[in-house]
Amino acid sequence: MFRSAIRTSFTALRAPTRAPAIALTSPSLAFARRYITQEARNKIQQAITSTPVVLFMKGTPEAPQCGFSRAAVQVLDIHGVPPEKMKTFDVLEDSELRQSIKEFSDWPTIPQLYVNGEFVGGCDILINMHQSGELDELLVKAGVVPPEEPQESQGQGQQQSQN
Amino acid sequence: MPISAVDLENAIRAAMPVTHLEIEDTSNGCGENYSVFVVSQAFEGKNTLARHRFINEVLKNEIAQMHAFSQKTLTPAQWEAQIAKQTS
Repeated sequence: MFRSAIRTSFTALRAPTRAPAIALTSPSLAFARRYITQEARNKIQQAITSTPVVLFMKGTPEAPQCGFSRAAVQVLDIHGVPPEKMKTFDVLEDSELRQSIKEFSDWPTIPQLYVNGEFVGGCDILINMHQSGELDELLVKAGVVPPEEPQESQGQGQQQSQN
Repeated sequence: MPISAVDLENAIRAAMPVTHLEIEDTSNGCGENYSVFVVSQAFEGKNTLARHRFINEVLKNEIAQMHAFSQKTLTPAQWEAQIAKQTS
């Protein structure tokens, strides 16, 4: 019963009538929605602005623990993102981060890519953008990689390792 | 309680006009991993991130119960172009 009440509040965009009542009468339900703490928020904010490219993933670039994370690392590698401009965070090492990054980005899955503090997307989006050329464009614009395309053109239509 | 492809299909169809929909269970039946391909005019004028956020919102409760979720979103025009490209 409570659960259905929570769901109702998710769809509050269309029917905002009940949501405030829930928040007032039962503050403990706030935990059910897992609001992230200000501290966690600050930590993530700091992390995503510390380096031009930030990837939240499962495992490390050397030893990814999930095919989606592996694909994300490979795509960034194809584009020649230099190591000094990129930082990865292993969410398996930090269960609080694993949860809070989902809330922070409003994105339900890992990996998650940030460029210059802006959320870019997850694995599907990265691969999409890689294939369409948008990723290269974004990385060049962000000053992460130098603007030299011809060499990279064979990267088009690469295998999709997610799946 | 595993998520079924029908749950996903119903949720998607209820939320937007669907031109084409493919839902693939990539978990060999345990309901933990799904890959979804949606073609809808609702994506017109939205970039990929916005489209994916839209689908994430529509399937919020389902995705929270899965291990992995992958999606592909095209407009009808993009889909036609893709088919034309593949068959040429």
